[in-house]
Amino acid sequence: MVQNYRLDKIGLVNREKKLSFKFNGKKYFGYEGDTLASALIANGVHLVGRSFKYHRPRGFFGAGVDEPYAIVQLYRNGETEPNVRATEQELFEGLEAKSVNCWPSVNFDIGAINNFLNIFLPAGFYYKTFMWPRSFWYRIYEPFIRKAAGFGVASKEHDKERYEHKYEYCDLLIAGSGPSGLASAYAAAKNGARVILAEDKPRFGGSLLTSDVSINNQSGKEWADNIITELKGMTNVTVKNRAQIFGYYDHNMLVMSERVTDHLPKSDEFTPKQRLWYIRAKQVVISSGSIERPIVFGNNDTPGVVLASAAKEYMKVYGVLVGKKPIVFTNNDSAYETAIEFKKNNINPIVLDSRQDSNSEIVKEAKSLGIDIKFSHVVVAAKGYKKVKSCDIAEISEDKQNLNQIKNIECDCICVSGFWTPTIHLASQSGGKTKFKEEIDAFVPDKSKQKEVTLGSANGVFTLEETLKTSFEKGFELSKEITNNNNSQQIPKVSEKKHSKHDKFWCVPLPKGKKYKRFLDFQNDVAVSDIELAIREGYRSIEHVKRYTTLGMATDQGKTSNLNGLQLVSNIENKVVPAVGHTTFRPPYTPISIGAIVGREIGKHSKPTRKSPMHNWHEKNNAVFVDAGVWLRPRYYKRGNEGLFEASKREAENVRKNVGVCDVTTLGKIDVKGPDAAEFLNRVYTNAWLKLPVGKARYGVMLREDGIVMDDGTTTRISENHYHMTTTTAQAANVLSHLEYYLQLVWPELDVNVVSTTEQWAGAAIAGPKSRDLLQKLFPDTDVSNEGLPFMGFVEANLFGVNARIFRISFSGELAYEVNVESDNGNFMWEKIIEIGKDFDLQPYGTEALSTLRIEMGHVAGSELDGRTIPYDTGLDGLVSKKKDFIGKRSLLKKAYNEKDRQRLVGVVPLDKKTSIPEGSHLVKDPKGKLPNPKLGHISASCWSVEHNNPFSLAILKDGKNMIGSKLYAMSPLKNKTIAVEIVSSHYVDPKGERVRS
Amino acid sequence: MLYIKCPHCGLRSQNEFAYGGDASVKRPELNKEISDQEWDEFVYLRKSPRGKHLELWHHVSGCRQWIKVLRDTSTHEIFNTYKSEEKVG
Ligand SMILES: [Zn+2]
Repeated sequence: MVQNYRLDKIGLVNREKKLSFKFNGKKYFGYEGDTLASALIANGVHLVGRSFKYHRPRGFFGAGVDEPYAIVQLYRNGETEPNVRATEQELFEGLEAKSVNCWPSVNFDIGAINNFLNIFLPAGFYYKTFMWPRSFWYRIYEPFIRKAAGFGVASKEHDKERYEHKYEYCDLLIAGSGPSGLASAYAAAKNGARVILAEDKPRFGGSLLTSDVSINNQSGKEWADNIITELKGMTNVTVKNRAQIFGYYDHNMLVMSERVTDHLPKSDEFTPKQRLWYIRAKQVVISSGSIERPIVFGNNDTPGVVLASAAKEYMKVYGVLVGKKPIVFTNNDSAYETAIEFKKNNINPIVLDSRQDSNSEIVKEAKSLGIDIKFSHVVVAAKGYKKVKSCDIAEISEDKQNLNQIKNIECDCICVSGFWTPTIHLASQSGGKTKFKEEIDAFVPDKSKQKEVTLGSANGVFTLEETLKTSFEKGFELSKEITNNNNSQQIPKVSEKKHSKHDKFWCVPLPKGKKYKRFLDFQNDVAVSDIELAIREGYRSIEHVKRYTTLGMATDQGKTSNLNGLQLVSNIENKVVPAVGHTTFRPPYTPISIGAIVGREIGKHSKPTRKSPMHNWHEKNNAVFVDAGVWLRPRYYKRGNEGLFEASKREAENVRKNVGVCDVTTLGKIDVKGPDAAEFLNRVYTNAWLKLPVGKARYGVMLREDGIVMDDGTTTRISENHYHMTTTTAQAANVLSHLEYYLQLVWPELDVNVVSTTEQWAGAAIAGPKSRDLLQKLFPDTDVSNEGLPFMGFVEANLFGVNARIFRISFSGELAYEVNVESDNGNFMWEKIIEIGKDFDLQPYGTEALSTLRIEMGHVAGSELDGRTIPYDTGLDGLVSKKKDFIGKRSLLKKAYNEKDRQRLVGVVPLDKKTSIPEGSHLVKDPKGKLPNPKLGHISASCWSVEHNNPFSLAILKDGKNMIGSKLYAMSPLKNKTIAVEIVSSHYVDPKGERVRS
Repeated sequence: MLYIKCPHCGLRSQNEFAYGGDASVKRPELNKEISDQEWDEFVYLRKSPRGKHLELWHHVSGCRQWIKVLRDTSTHEIFNTYKSEEKVG
């Protein structure tokens, strides 16, 4: 297809490189450097979508980030992405895109019937209509609205692209590379500051790319190119294009989204699609420019109605005509640049200027070029459905109330300019105040709260000369404060055309008897009549009007609509705009993809994976792993066709019968050192610690101040002032913080230090009746007899030349030891144990067998110490000292903690001795009782008792102490099970604890 | 994200710290007779002021020190930071 709207000689696209692309299945050509929007316009395609509510035809309105209409579904490299602005998406070879929000096609859209029924869809329609009956919401209304609404479809596939995060620090962060950004960046960089300059477009220069100015006798673009080239060559400067600073957060932290390869057909394997930058800046320059706002008139949403600045950008940057019979409708001088650009390209525009006259330089130039200018004229309404075909124009009275001599003229586009709105989003997000600037009818930043300054047109300064002067000065001044350097740059000489005042006119009145829709918010279809209705219905606060009408709530966040909405509200209310105020600016400034927010923290990268030094051995020996906090632990070692149940049963049985070895490296370990260590432990644990001798271990329980059990574990006195504390795997980090809190803040007088040693030691638990015999062979030089190393004893020993610590402690209830060596020797230790253990029928066992062993012994663990239980509840009350004070003790006096029928740990066995009880089941008296059936307790942990060869569970049961022998029911509505059970002692195996002492 | 000056390490981003609540709370002394109400106030009751607040932060991914931060809870302005043993005000 021929690009009928492409101009021959102007534009910055690369005509050497032709690119093919598809839109709605049809093939077109464009050039490298085009956006999807410019390439479509070059091909005469103006109908790209349908609007949100009425499904009215939608074309292009802007040429960048402010675009409210041209939102497409993009297909790239086998993936699809919704809500892509065609005005921002750069063209690449093979790009495919489709219209959204229309069915079955953009040309014939069934939803457009809403347009003819629009009397039924006024402001607040959803609120009013879909509320009753309530039950209809989920079944009927919501699915209907969802189907009719929405822009595009999210992919259901896993996103294969790579997204990255980056943290950066700088002296000066500059948002926007227009004249103010370039000038301040250059001045600051030349003065030695570390500068980051971010531009959201592919090309640097902002307005300099399209404005008719000269700087130091160069064109604006030439000057910008030279500055950028020089900045790129400086080591203290980072220059980024395709990078949008979208959020300004506390303490000068800004976040920038860099679209690294969105403009390419696909990303390389190690190149991200997008990169999110977290930037902490000493100073921020907001040079985000301004956005042209429209004038509101009838049917102003018809495809072919565009911003005048966008029409100019399409010509000067892309070499593309938005139309060949243009109307330029303006209230100010800036749109004359667009008219002149048309004229230069042999197109004859008609200018309708709402002002009575203007004698500024640029208007004179337009006149001298022979451009047809009609002052005191306005567009009343656009005509045409899928594209502008003509428009009704009229003369407007001086008071802007009356229209005279309405007549229809032919045209194929209407380029509209209602003056300029500074982009103050970042300044407002930073917490700074804003003020209304009467001369420009818009808000500008007022007092800064953080270290930022807004320059150029973002600050309401619309002349290049003043912009460059203040920006050079500010860049120098800010950098000087940081670097103390004094190299200032000469401010360049500027030549630009002076503009005269704009007309405070923003909305064309309706002619008598006409009900044209006059849109404010183009994406959400909010018309003048909707705002009027909301106010008639009593909405006053601009925040309420916004939510009721959805003005400014679409993905463009009202970049082109907010101010006109404010003008309307203040007109109706007879207030001035600043009294109405603006709605809050919140990040992000533009939509950010979820992939970019998540970054690399997906799948296995979402948290660190920690492995013990013996991990490779486990892997080689068919271990099936389980996540234990951040650790990977063997759950069981699979033999043949075994499943979890068979394998863990075999492993646990072997511990009870012979001997097993379990990797316990993951246990938290903390060194507690210092002359006051014993006193400190005595305050931290509920039991007594002052008299523990060197070479002995003790089991301890620690509470939070509210009396709830925090953690348990054994602590061993290694030497006079040195204790080795163990914690559960899960609580290791919390316990360390807890100890540090008390040492640093509550009892700083105690001379104690704590440090985590979890990673320093590899641990192996050796458990079972044959464990001593095995140990003796491992440590032939050490006396490991019952006398030499009694229960809860500790000894340092030599494992074939490697230093080891042996603790005689038991979690399984069997005769057991725990051997620790330095982590580097972990695998050596493990292999020695396995090798020598062969003679004793040793088998490794995983966490599942470990659980079985501890459950049938009635040893509590995390499932009982669940943050809701006190020592009594878990049968640990024997460890609570009556004599001394400790953390949390005072709370144990609470009435609720001392009720006679207080919950307590019990054992539970199914009456049939066959049915395993699901963990989490509730214990009830009557399985058919009336709902809500009173819950007496819950099953905390279940196993298959290898000692008794039947299921066994632990439970926390109300009045558990007196319930032994009772029959109850365990109910699990989740598993749909009701099981008759008997309550037994929690010590199901070796209730006297003889084995561990044997 | 706040930028907190650890008195031991210097300026660090908030994600290195854990919040520790009101720094003015004083734990009752050990072995001291204390009423139920006093104890409950210590364990459970905290003020939630708008404005200046002296609070604890733990530099968990840094020097592991608990520090005190005088911060405005509505503006996030940090006026000063202190070592744990420093007396404030
Ligand atoms: Zn620190």
